[in-house]
Amino acid sequence: MRVSALMLPPVLTVRDLVKDFGSFRAVDGISFDLARGEVLGLLGPNGAGKTTVMNMLLGLVSPSSGSIRIFDKSLEKSRIAILRRMNFSSAYTSLPGNLLVRQNLMVFALMYGLSDCRRRVRETMERFGVTELAERTTGQLSAGESTRVNLCKAFLNDPELLLLDEPTASLDPDVVDKVRNLIRETQRESGTSIIYTSHNMQDIELVCDRVIFLHRGRLIRMGTPREIKESFDSATLEDVFIQIARSGDLKAEDGQ
Amino acid sequence: MKSVPFPAIAGVVLRYLYLYTRNGLRAFELFFWPLNSLLVWGFLTRYLSEGGGGNASMPVTFLLGGVLLWDVQFRAAQGVSVSFLEDVWTRNLLNVFVAPVRTWEVVAGFCAVGLLRVLVTVPVLSLVAYLAFRFNILDFNLWLIAFYGNLLLFGWAMGMLANAMVMRWGQAAEGLSWALPFLIQPFTAVYYTVETLPPLLRPVSLALPSTHVFEAMRFALAGDTRLGQGLGVAFLLNLIWLGLAGFTMDRVLRIAREKGLLTKVATQ
Repeated sequence: MRVSALMLPPVLTVRDLVKDFGSFRAVDGISFDLARGEVLGLLGPNGAGKTTVMNMLLGLVSPSSGSIRIFDKSLEKSRIAILRRMNFSSAYTSLPGNLLVRQNLMVFALMYGLSDCRRRVRETMERFGVTELAERTTGQLSAGESTRVNLCKAFLNDPELLLLDEPTASLDPDVVDKVRNLIRETQRESGTSIIYTSHNMQDIELVCDRVIFLHRGRLIRMGTPREIKESFDSATLEDVFIQIARSGDLKAEDGQ
Repeated sequence: MKSVPFPAIAGVVLRYLYLYTRNGLRAFELFFWPLNSLLVWGFLTRYLSEGGGGNASMPVTFLLGGVLLWDVQFRAAQGVSVSFLEDVWTRNLLNVFVAPVRTWEVVAGFCAVGLLRVLVTVPVLSLVAYLAFRFNILDFNLWLIAFYGNLLLFGWAMGMLANAMVMRWGQAAEGLSWALPFLIQPFTAVYYTVETLPPLLRPVSLALPSTHVFEAMRFALAGDTRLGQGLGVAFLLNLIWLGLAGFTMDRVLRIAREKGLLTKVATQ
């Protein structure tokens, strides 16, 4: 991330975000910003509230209170205009397996209202090295190929903000390394801001500029991977993760 | 392809065009069930009528008309509900919901798929009905457009209600979503008149737009001129049903966003 990017208004501003599901508080008053071109890791044990935060950022779940502003617009009021400029990829969703890769990408190119869809699809496939997969059905792809095609869909509209939910889940280490490099290279070229969740701590250290640790719905640490490790006096983020997961109630950081 | 009007709707429709054109089994399924009903009902009615020794032509035409028109409503409803389920089954629903597509655009796309399914199956069914039973659907003349239009609208409303059920109750409601058109079939007087139903059920029957269409069809076949009024009532009822279905979907979507149900349905 360039230093100058920090002087620009943030792409995403989250303030005092709360989500209650009945009497259960899944997200408890978290606040953070995402700068232009920044890759922010969202970490935490299962049930920490990462997925709920991601879903609220996508407008799939409505917050109980607090605000989400993306591109300086309220997500609640300008959802469609915002979604045009962002994208999403998750290990837990897939493109329809009964269509060809090329067909799937064409469908989403139309849905994102892109002009000259064929050219855009062709260029994005070239960029992600999946041109040779164009005439194969998505259901026939290996996990690694499928991840590359999902990323291809995620970058179709040249998003300014991209949400990646465990993009390297269930991939072997070799493919994880390739996917990680692909994300980082593409991000550097395009300057896309990314929110990244993963349970792979090496992923987080290598891909993310900054990290947020969530625990029981609360934001307990925020900083660069190095700062986080230092604050916990740990050699690796994995140690930090284990400490947090086994710590019970940690004192929440105050907003920023 | 530089740019297309209503790109989001076009995207939804294109997804299903690809699906049906590249999979022969899916195309086969489009024709199999309606052809099956048409032939079974047609031959059964002919057999019973000939056995009875009476005037066979009127019951046969009533039933065949019922089969052909029922299929329009069923296909339209399925176009909306199965298109949605297709996205649930393939775990693609989240991708659609996080794309910049408004809910009405998704629904409009599904309705267009329903219309395309009808446009593909109706000519084939009509041809078979003519060749096998000398039933000429074109004898309805321009009334046919009013029949089809009303049944399409009600089918879409049914499909939207079915989708709302799946969004609210998840895949557990999938069976009900498939069954919804058949749930109303006994009450909507497809193959018999409203008077055949017990008096208690007649108001239920008359609240369904399709009942007025099937009654109008029988009037048309019997040369009765009262069919126009019934079709007008069907249209007004359709407006109410579509409004109700739209309201229900909107309400359910809001509840789904509050309770986090969208992601549950999409990743089940």
